[in-house]
Amino acid sequence: MATVAERQSTFTAAFDALRRDAAFAADPARNAREAAFARVTDRGFPSTRDEEWRFTSVAPIVQGGFAPAARPAAIDRAAADGLAIPGATQLLLVNGQLQGTPALPAGVSLRHGDIPAVPSVATVFADLNTVFHPHAVILEIAPRAVVDAVLHIIHVAVSADGPTMASPRLVINAGEQSQATVIETYADLGTRPAFTNAVTQVNVGGGAILHHVKIERGQASAFHLASTFAHVERAGTFDSRALTFGGRIVRNDIVATLDGEGATCTLDGLYVGTGETLIDTHTTIDHAKAHCPSHEVYKGILGGRARAVFNGKIIVRQDAQKTDAKQTNKALLLTDDAQINTKPQLEIFADDVKCTHGAAIGQLDEDAMFYMRARGIDVDAARNMLIHAFAGQVLDGIQSDAVRDLAVRLMEEKLNLAHQV
Amino acid sequence: MLLEIKDLRVRAEDKEILKGLTLSVNAGEVHAIMGPNGSGKSTLARALSGHPGYEVTGGSVTYKGQDLLAMDPEVRAAEGVFMAFQYPVEIAGINNSYFLRAALNAIRKHRGEEELDAMEFVQLAQAKARQLEMDPAMLKRSVNEGFSGGEKKRNEIFQMAVLEPQLAILDETDSGLDIDALRIVSAGVNSLRSKDRAMLVVTHYQRLLNYIVPDFVHVLTDGRIVRSGGKELALELEEKGYGWIESGLAGARA
Repeated sequence: MATVAERQSTFTAAFDALRRDAAFAADPARNAREAAFARVTDRGFPSTRDEEWRFTSVAPIVQGGFAPAARPAAIDRAAADGLAIPGATQLLLVNGQLQGTPALPAGVSLRHGDIPAVPSVATVFADLNTVFHPHAVILEIAPRAVVDAVLHIIHVAVSADGPTMASPRLVINAGEQSQATVIETYADLGTRPAFTNAVTQVNVGGGAILHHVKIERGQASAFHLASTFAHVERAGTFDSRALTFGGRIVRNDIVATLDGEGATCTLDGLYVGTGETLIDTHTTIDHAKAHCPSHEVYKGILGGRARAVFNGKIIVRQDAQKTDAKQTNKALLLTDDAQINTKPQLEIFADDVKCTHGAAIGQLDEDAMFYMRARGIDVDAARNMLIHAFAGQVLDGIQSDAVRDLAVRLMEEKLNLAHQV
Repeated sequence: MLLEIKDLRVRAEDKEILKGLTLSVNAGEVHAIMGPNGSGKSTLARALSGHPGYEVTGGSVTYKGQDLLAMDPEVRAAEGVFMAFQYPVEIAGINNSYFLRAALNAIRKHRGEEELDAMEFVQLAQAKARQLEMDPAMLKRSVNEGFSGGEKKRNEIFQMAVLEPQLAILDETDSGLDIDALRIVSAGVNSLRSKDRAMLVVTHYQRLLNYIVPDFVHVLTDGRIVRSGGKELALELEEKGYGWIESGLAGARA
């Protein structure tokens, strides 16, 4: 189709240029890039006629003329430093490119090399990431390593010369019985809109515990599409929190596959939207094996004319007997113009399972507001406390104090709330 | 005079509930407001506390010489008005201690007093909890969340003990309480009786007044006080039922 081809022209031109580059022949990811490019061309970009993109038009992104990042890009170093989390080991990626050689704690190493293919359920944007990512960053947690320090990956996107697409690719391999916390922060610097098209692949080995927090804190003009794929082996734990604080269009596709008995995942999230933000969250929990519990709590707080989409899919395969899946999605609408579309989606092929889901959309509880006022607490303070309490059900579960404090502060900044200790 | 209500008219959901209620309360007095279902007892309590669902359409309420009706609910609280809710609200994610310290500090700030820090507050709250024979562990629980009916009512009285209001309004505090809980709650209320504090005890049943003995009893029917007397009026009502007052009214009107 002409329109699709036209929309892809920036990317086609960029890929042609990449192919012509002398280095391409030696790129170990060359074949994967070629195959991914063929898939992108074949699939085209989704429109709102696609069920999975019904409420999210990607037109401003695919028609935005975003070109894959030219490397290297200069950034405001002080601004990037401002994204650091106190006490954490920081790794900085600018437009997907790792900066410097960070000192890593014992049991953690970085390497380049082959990366796993994205699963077949991946969006076309995950394929697009495969085409254009610079060398993937592969973070290895050694088997049985217990890593106390928080590992913080800071992804910065910057549109230096023209509209730029950053394609960071991160792979986290948590070895058997290891334990670690990985935080990813996504931000953009500079005055021009930037587009981040990220893919993170996580493998949680047998008995390993991985805490993963993704913090998206883009500017109001930023575009952010991110896929997170987690594969959890026997008795492994994937504990995920997706915290989204803005941008113009933000879409998270999170897929967790519980692929060994006793594997478990927590997919929790908080999204805070104001102004014209659109935040779309699609999660899939795939129960592939028996005896796997999963817990999912998503909370949204929307003001201004913000819109949100939440689609929570739970698949229980035929072999996945004794599955115990709980999903909750709640949204707080602070203004009349804020809007959410929410849909749970259960696909159950086993017969001895427990699956519950619930969704609630509402305003601040008027009874609670009056109760607090009747005790002397003014409207602003009462509202403040209720919003903090609402978010707390997701944020309180974050184990690192520094990360939790940061998340609270980002929410407070976004919603102009007084700081609550 | 602490509280003077004159010809108060209140609407709720487009229906006139209070139709000209007049009542005077002095500091140190305990007044019981009794009446059948739908007579307007709870409407009076809620209107006095500033509930947004109740619209005052006429009359006046003067509290400590000020126009109470012109004050926002939080200002009424800061000025010393406290309503113990008939249905205390559950608030997930906010613990009792945090909530009550915020309330106390808001009130102290209004009065120009120093705010209490977390340590000072905990000491005060624990002392009050002991005084009311309550388990201080409830301070760490979310406000009323998962509390039994009795626990909720005790929590109301506990809040009252910490906030030390000048005018306490108890809205059907006895409803849903078994006799043991009723005793504990009443003992708590009685311990807070003082010459500086007035109480308005709203109840359907005389039973509560065996424990919280009022100085005055008022009978409310159809939005007006139709009869006032001493504590013996409650006993008479218990014996003869509200029908006695209503038929008496009918007779008087005829």
